Amino acid sequence: MSKKYHVSLTVNGDEYECLAEPQMTLLDVLRDELKLTGTKEGCATGDCGACSVMVDGRLTCSCLVLAPEAEGRSVETIEGMAKDGELHPLQQKFLEMNGLQCGICTPGILVAAKALLDRKPDADEMEIRYWLAGNLCRCTGYDKIIRAVMAAGEEMKGA
Amino acid sequence: MPDLRFEAPGSLADAVKLLVAAEGPARVLAGGTDVVVQMEMDMIEPALLVDIKRIPDMGRIVQEEGGFRIGAAASGMEICEHEALCAAWPGIIDGVKLIGSVQVKGRATITGNLCNASPGADSVPPMVTAGALAHVVGPNGERDVPVEQIPTSPGKTSLGKGELIESFKLPARPKNSGDAYMRFTPRTEMDIAVVGVAVNLTLDEAGVCTAARVALGAVAPTVLLVPECADALIGTKVDDAALAKLAAAASAACQPIDDKRGTKEFRIEGTGVLARRVAQKAYERARANA
Repeated sequence: MSKKYHVSLTVNGDEYECLAEPQMTLLDVLRDELKLTGTKEGCATGDCGACSVMVDGRLTCSCLVLAPEAEGRSVETIEGMAKDGELHPLQQKFLEMNGLQCGICTPGILVAAKALLDRKPDADEMEIRYWLAGNLCRCTGYDKIIRAVMAAGEEMKGA
Repeated sequence: MPDLRFEAPGSLADAVKLLVAAEGPARVLAGGTDVVVQMEMDMIEPALLVDIKRIPDMGRIVQEEGGFRIGAAASGMEICEHEALCAAWPGIIDGVKLIGSVQVKGRATITGNLCNASPGADSVPPMVTAGALAHVVGPNGERDVPVEQIPTSPGKTSLGKGELIESFKLPARPKNSGDAYMRFTPRTEMDIAVVGVAVNLTLDEAGVCTAARVALGAVAPTVLLVPECADALIGTKVDDAALAKLAAAASAACQPIDDKRGTKEFRIEGTGVLARRVAQKAYERARANA
């Protein structure tokens, strides 16, 4: 049994502490220790994007970050996207435009899309498709996802 | 699962000490996009991980002596967002942009891409053609090593016990220079090179090539720097005859494997085709960079 490491981190503005073995990932910490299960595990090898979160403002696969690496970092997850019970424009558009079916890839896609639109709300279809290449979806065929992201971008531009 | 010790030293000297004193397999951890995956898949079982990201300045990209110094822990996204670096070395950026998704590039480093020692690593051929030097620090001091001398075979490097790469030095760029990298993959994104080619050229005022470096990826156990390819371009305006000689030299240099991603024959022919396209792209960039 490896030594456990004390990890303190900020998630969606709240401070958390936990003890973690060094093989554990940030994804394990979020889901199993902090019970923030909105972030999903897909492949666990950085290929599918289901576990996407922001770490210190950078879009990251939380399955590729070891728990001790997260010490002192600021993490944003899907749980922080709606503010005061109000859905983010991306979440609203995904609902309205059927940007999801089974929903497993959705939190990761929303976090990834927000990372793009926050810096570039007028991203065009090509940019959105390339940006989201690291998020796999087995249900939708992607088109409705792309339309929903473009519609959310329109709304965010106007805001 | 064996015991794993995780350390995040605050200095390079401490990182070297930890690596030298390691009992059992030790790994340097930068972006983790290879190391963590290989641990997850039980391909490696390190006893010690040394995270270099807490060492001050390890992630910095600075202009130095007319060129650039890229810290070992700079992520792919940080490299792609550095405007001066993108303008000076677009071929390196071509390669870095192809390393995985945005998520992966948010963590992955060119240092890991090099030290993972995959022959298909996309950032390595353009770093080789750039003439990049790896600044290696270890128990016996420091040394600068041409990037092409770091990988020795798939998964193996020339780094000794306790040695790690601290940064990369990119030389000053003469005017009328341009570089480019392209790869062949069955998909446009999220794939691994079947063939990769990088070309770096310098031209004179008349557009005649005065210096060239050509590197091939994914067609031999390590990335190949091929002087015969450079010779095909030097002294020419990268015209059809030069491109035909380049393609032949590139195909002749290949020692590829047959695997599920490409046959030997396909890789040999594809390398020649790609070499032409990449040389043309590098030439266009060099002409535009007067």
